[in-house]
Amino acid sequence: MSAAFDLVIVGAGPAGLAAATTATGLGLRTAVIDEQAEPGGQIYRGIESVSAHRPAHFAMLGPDYAAGLALVQRFRASGAQYLPLTSVWQIDSERNVFTRGNGRATRIGAKQILIATGAMERPVPVSGWTLPGVLTCGAAQTLLKSSGIVPDGRFVLAGCGPLLLLIAAQLVRAGVKPAAIIETRLNYLAALRHLPGFLAAPAYLGKGLRLISELRNAGVAIQSGARNLQLRGDDRVREIEYEWRGQTRRETADVVLLHQGIVPNMNLALSLRCEYTWDDAQRSFRPCLDAWGNTSVDGVQIAGDNGGIIGAQAAEFSGHLAALGAASSLAKISENERDRLARPLRAQLSGHLRARPFLDALYRPAQDIVAPRVAETIVCRCEEIRAGEIRRIVTEQGCPGPNQMKSFTRCGMGPCQGRLCGLTVVELIAECRGVPVSEVGYYRIRSPVKPITLGEIAGLEVDN
Amino acid sequence: MFKTLPDAVCATVTITINGTPFLAPHGCTAAAALLLAGEMPTRTTPVSGEPRAPYCMMGVCFDCLMEIDGVANQQACLIPVADGMRINRQLGKVEIKI
Repeated sequence: MSAAFDLVIVGAGPAGLAAATTATGLGLRTAVIDEQAEPGGQIYRGIESVSAHRPAHFAMLGPDYAAGLALVQRFRASGAQYLPLTSVWQIDSERNVFTRGNGRATRIGAKQILIATGAMERPVPVSGWTLPGVLTCGAAQTLLKSSGIVPDGRFVLAGCGPLLLLIAAQLVRAGVKPAAIIETRLNYLAALRHLPGFLAAPAYLGKGLRLISELRNAGVAIQSGARNLQLRGDDRVREIEYEWRGQTRRETADVVLLHQGIVPNMNLALSLRCEYTWDDAQRSFRPCLDAWGNTSVDGVQIAGDNGGIIGAQAAEFSGHLAALGAASSLAKISENERDRLARPLRAQLSGHLRARPFLDALYRPAQDIVAPRVAETIVCRCEEIRAGEIRRIVTEQGCPGPNQMKSFTRCGMGPCQGRLCGLTVVELIAECRGVPVSEVGYYRIRSPVKPITLGEIAGLEVDN
Repeated sequence: MFKTLPDAVCATVTITINGTPFLAPHGCTAAAALLLAGEMPTRTTPVSGEPRAPYCMMGVCFDCLMEIDGVANQQACLIPVADGMRINRQLGKVEIKI
């Protein structure tokens, strides 16, 4: 088969950039396709512009952000072809990658494909989460990194997770202080048995404790153990209500930033029918991968957080390993050479992975967060399907799974294609049926996985 | 609802939001400009007319759909602003223009 590229990588975050650098170094003709204007993914978003034009912000975002600059520079020097501001809306069984950018659709042939589309924030289905002024913590971080934009007026962070503490500290450094951090329950007891591994992993504990003390020193109130979050407003959010130690509390807010950890952003992999499994520790699905990131689909690999949450540093090593796997599959290096090059990478990767079980256990979301009890809570933001309706259709109509739920309600059939409701729908169905989520499964995802006009499809250009 | 840090803006571009001129920081996305302008909601839903505004800012939630330069249903969080860009609120269902 003739193909324009040996390796096409989707996503220019840590995994994709690392993979591209290693792959080009091994002689693979490599292209990286990414939706953003600059390489770095969400974690290192805007890093070239920030370091060049906003030095004060570069320092404020901290050393973990700054660490991405070397990675981006190595990628820029690698010679890999870079296609920014470009979405992938389909990959077919012949490993043709269909893109859309600049109002044009293009087909790019690839011998090997690496999906490195990273993570997204877990949906936080609380009542009022669709109100204007309610965003995710990641959204606030994106605004800060890419444009130096911060919340104006009284704002609150609600939920839990390392990212929530990090963005809170970054905003404080930027000179805007949250009115409160409303932290949902953490699972200290469940996490305790994973503490030795966490302590053995490089620097994670110190980072977490430094963030918390930075926030406390700045006088930010952290209300830990909050439950039953509800957001209220009219044409925009005005107030957050929650329960804390048996009391009902309220905070007025112009902006509310929600967070409940991150999960793989799997739509592209699922559209290829990659096999996946339920990860109970992370309370999400993840694709089934071998040691080189190979999926169940021939010639398609996955690296980084898209294969299950591992963090930015580990993602980089998994990207390098996937590139070695690709080079070996394409007979650019022998299996012996692949294994020799992989050995030091695997050692570093497993060092970082030692931190995961503790973090996964500590921040694993509770049942009432993933399967909302309040019937009016919107689950599917696009089609406005509420938790009560989903529960009723399972218990009264016997709807067994998320794909049948589409026929009953149109749930998951709006423009986001289930990204923001999928996990909630399967948790609700599992709870109502009294079966594990693994038995319920996930939506069947079909291309196009990103919106494209018929005119653009009609004008498809072929690049192979 | 959102503001720019005093040391953030290098250059600006002039766009229009719902017909009103607005100076947006060069390099920010259309969705970021809307949050700065505070023009809420940025759309109402086709199902019930509920008010919505950008939520994820990374291209997954599709709540920032807007009409940009005459084309409806654009993900405003993925599109950088450009001089002369026209961004309009999207109310309810979009009619197909033939």
